[in-house]
Amino acid sequence: MTNTFQLDGATVPFEPGQTVMQAALAADQYIPHLCYHPEFKPHGSCKLCTVKVNGRTMASCTMPAEAGLEVESDIDEINALRRTLVKMLFAEGNHFCPSCEKSGNCMLQALGYDLEVHAAGFRHQYPDRPLDASHPDILLDFNRCILCELCVRASGEVDGKNVFALAGRGNSKHLIVNAESGQLKDTNIALTDKAMQVCPVGVILKKRVGFSQPIGDRRYDESPISAQALQDAPRPPSGAEHD
Amino acid sequence: MLPDTNPIYGESPRCDLHADLHEIVAKYSGEKTNLLQMLIEINACAGYIPKDAAIYIAATLDIPLARIESVASFYSLLHLQPVGEYRVLFSDNITDRMLGNLDLMEQMCRQLWLQPGKVSEDGLLSINTTSCTGMCDQGPALLVNGYAITKLSSQRVQEIGQLIRNRTPVAEWPADYFNVEDNIRRGGLILDNTLAYGEVLQAAKAITPETIISTIKDSNLRGRGGAGFPTGIKWEACRNAEGDAHYVVCNADEGEPGTFKDRVLLTTQADLVFEGMTLCARAVGAKKGFLYLRGEYRYLLGHLQGVLQRRRNSELLGESIMGEQGFDFDIEIHLGAGAYICGEESALIESLEGKRGVPRNRPPFPVTHGYLQQPTALDNVETFCQAVMALHMGAEAYRAIGTEKSSGSKLISVSGDCAYPGIYEYPFGVTVRQVLEDCGAVNIQAVQISGPSGICIGEHEFNRKLGFEDLPTAGAFMVFDDSRDLFEVARNFVHFFAHESCGFCTPCRVGTSMLKQTMDKIAAGHGTKHDLAEIENLDHVLQTTSHCGLGRTACNPVLHTLKHFRPAYESRLKSLDFEPAFDLDGALARARQMTGRDDAGAHLKESE
Repeated sequence: MTNTFQLDGATVPFEPGQTVMQAALAADQYIPHLCYHPEFKPHGSCKLCTVKVNGRTMASCTMPAEAGLEVESDIDEINALRRTLVKMLFAEGNHFCPSCEKSGNCMLQALGYDLEVHAAGFRHQYPDRPLDASHPDILLDFNRCILCELCVRASGEVDGKNVFALAGRGNSKHLIVNAESGQLKDTNIALTDKAMQVCPVGVILKKRVGFSQPIGDRRYDESPISAQALQDAPRPPSGAEHD
Repeated sequence: MLPDTNPIYGESPRCDLHADLHEIVAKYSGEKTNLLQMLIEINACAGYIPKDAAIYIAATLDIPLARIESVASFYSLLHLQPVGEYRVLFSDNITDRMLGNLDLMEQMCRQLWLQPGKVSEDGLLSINTTSCTGMCDQGPALLVNGYAITKLSSQRVQEIGQLIRNRTPVAEWPADYFNVEDNIRRGGLILDNTLAYGEVLQAAKAITPETIISTIKDSNLRGRGGAGFPTGIKWEACRNAEGDAHYVVCNADEGEPGTFKDRVLLTTQADLVFEGMTLCARAVGAKKGFLYLRGEYRYLLGHLQGVLQRRRNSELLGESIMGEQGFDFDIEIHLGAGAYICGEESALIESLEGKRGVPRNRPPFPVTHGYLQQPTALDNVETFCQAVMALHMGAEAYRAIGTEKSSGSKLISVSGDCAYPGIYEYPFGVTVRQVLEDCGAVNIQAVQISGPSGICIGEHEFNRKLGFEDLPTAGAFMVFDDSRDLFEVARNFVHFFAHESCGFCTPCRVGTSMLKQTMDKIAAGHGTKHDLAEIENLDHVLQTTSHCGLGRTACNPVLHTLKHFRPAYESRLKSLDFEPAFDLDGALARARQMTGRDDAGAHLKESE
């Protein structure tokens, strides 16, 4: 008999070692998430995947699944928290969806729509984050960075290059690249790198193809992120071992 | 920025970095886990971490260059750009504020023609504020090039300014500046102990590790760092956890504003601390231990190294302790570098491993997956001292002290509005009122128990008792008389949390900043009821979704003062439901500064 837990009234089976998020996605149950990526070890930083487990709020991507847990996810109280977190992320960076070439392919924007976030609601922080356009084929627009560290993890764990790192702390935390000059052109990043594919927002962009796919015809224009995430799952968690 | 050829750094009174880099790496055996320790030494030597030093370290340790910036920029006492030959940091806890630190900082800035936070044009110095340096009973305090100076007065500040202007090396400054008092006002179990060093360890030779653990369990000893986890259960879990090696770690990262009892214990009871660690090592089967000392207490390093060496010489540390084959244990001291979050146990372990001090996802907990993912028993300085006493007295006698659920004594760091600030040791169960009476506090409005992350109580609660069943405390006890503005107290604490947030999780990284802005907006006279509602909303999100205790407790100061001292907030509010934070007149400040004007014509009229 397999172990199971309850998620919003549904019975979710799980394998030993799986987290609540991993088991839920595998069982066709969606829990909103941003820094979680099925191919990487759970990170637990964005907190969008917060759920209520036996009455306590926890990040579901890092919470080990246990038999008999009562998990509540799609409830007003938790969705209100998620909306505030999305608003915080919008206010923290410089996000101008109408002019962003990632519009329609952006997870933050898609989550905003899915959770019905209609306005930032907080004062915008307007941080000063200069672009790095030094690389001939790749543009870094730090304005949109949500500090999920997926590029850091992909470049380190998959590409073996450590092109990206995080510096600073608190609200001055920011993404940096590994070069004496501090510029992307002086790194060994390649267009084929995993780090090029994982940014959930619009920081790491391939040059000269920005609008080749028209807006209205993009990933989250087809169906909302909640449906897309389930189509993508389950994928085998390749980076799930401890480092 | 200074040109590379500027002689200040090459001929710095401190040392010649280029000659020393090789030695620094060798001293730490080129181990990646010692990266932070190397960066701290480079920073102490050159005043900052020059790029060529970073490149050298990255190449020698075979790590990405970006990791150096990543780690260094996490710690507020490390710098990647020059910050002057003299780095002056005024401690900015609320108790320093109450003693006039900001006026003294302004005086020094005026004397030396400098703005806070900026490096002087000639590269001589910079002046800034820093989080509480643990000298609250003898403030206002500052750090100069990492060394603590206490009891600042206008005259002392004037003298310091002169010494800096004359470029007198810090080592040649008057020794009494650096004098740190213990201020022990009331002793007890720990502070009055008459144990010879090694005495309890000798006695423990006759008993098994299991008996040490069962005695600690029976004594009901609970952690003194704030969380109050039962120490015996922790040691037992660590002992039972499988691993290649077991570790003992002493948390001496005493960063909670208003707390300074660990400083006094490390000064006066270092043997007791190390004895507790060694007993713990025997109990859990560890061969190696670390003491993680906050960077602000760097001045204690020489003293602590001396005590460790004496214990090695006395066969109380090292191989075959007290001649017992197989009882090997030694202690290494690691320094922190200005990050409150490293007081959180898993962040401390990350920092010990030479990384950014970001709290880990838990489970697994440090007892099974701690330092280098191995079983680790991590306890507070005072907990190790208490453990020695519990083993010495026996569980029953120890349990007889204090209350039913809080056995033993507790060291309290008393500061703020009272005649006798300092260290007080009481059996658990003492009332707040008793402490206030003993420290000579009168007309008291409120007491902040256990620091900003603890709770603020008003007079109607002064009969409450310190202990796990009522008012748990890590030791801070900040006293505010009726002349104090508790809104400003809470605002100081909110600034502290925003500064110390590690930035890992969304709610704390963004939420503490927003809380700070909202408190500043209210302070500036632009607050509305809407802002109070926003504070309550932020509090809820921080409490329920933050990654660690910092975020979850960051709103406590505001919540408690709003609950008990709401008029302190409401008297500042405008009656409007909403007012933008944008301050039209404030936006002109830069234009006024550039034109040197500050007359009425250069200001917009305040409109209602």
